[in-house]
Amino acid sequence: MTQAIKQALDRVTRISGVRGALVVTGDDGLIVADAVMENIRGDAVAALAASFAGRMSRACYATGVGVPHFVQLQAANGTLLVMPAADVVIVVVADKDVNVGLVRLEMLHAAELVP
Amino acid sequence: MKQTRAVEPWMMEPLERFVTEADARLTLIMTPSGQVLAQHGFTRAVDIMAAAALGAAIVSSTREIASAIGENGFRALNHQGVRHGVFLSETDTPRGRLLALVVYGSESSVGLVQLFFEDLARELNEACPQEIPQKAVISANFERELNESLASLFGR
Repeated sequence: MTQAIKQALDRVTRISGVRGALVVTGDDGLIVADAVMENIRGDAVAALAASFAGRMSRACYATGVGVPHFVQLQAANGTLLVMPAADVVIVVVADKDVNVGLVRLEMLHAAELVP
Repeated sequence: MKQTRAVEPWMMEPLERFVTEADARLTLIMTPSGQVLAQHGFTRAVDIMAAAALGAAIVSSTREIASAIGENGFRALNHQGVRHGVFLSETDTPRGRLLALVVYGSESSVGLVQLFFEDLARELNEACPQEIPQKAVISANFERELNESLASLFGR
């Protein structure tokens, strides 16, 4: 299973503009599998993105719009894409001008592999 | 009421930043023997003494387990409960080794606590004054210093 998830993350990182992809435990913020560039602190991204996903879920619940399926955070120098899937969160760090649609498709593919 | 207090004032700023960023509910910084140097969130002296003694004992006993399997020690320990987790780790400073015991709830995670503990360890190391000369331990001084420490930790 871990090997399949790693392969799915490799497919995400092959997309132009993607700097890293991680599967993170939602409650703990720890890395399950990752494929990130050397200048990215995977443990920091994992902990903070899982916390972000949890807070987004609570915000969505409070506003009555249901569970978030996909979060796209556009920042000054890049993009953070977050997809909750079962007990984990799939996180992608990418450039500003990355093809978000393509990345999302590959994230959905990775999410299907999570039991 | 201020929730963070320290016997050693140089610990205040790093500790306050840590509890804010990691969303920690309770934090103790202590020596390996369980002497508390700073705390956040505790309101009763009896709780703090028990937590410090038990935390120091856990670290000490797991160090023995580590040595039995040929390890120098464990970097960190995490006890995960349903509503709370307890994170224990240690760091070296010019004043010697310090232990940290952190209690966190569902608003935080072991990943966040671990991440910001690295910052806390670095900041404590940077803020720590150089070694001070050791004083002789006299029982009268010990009791007075203990009372002063407790007063500092609870603002009395």
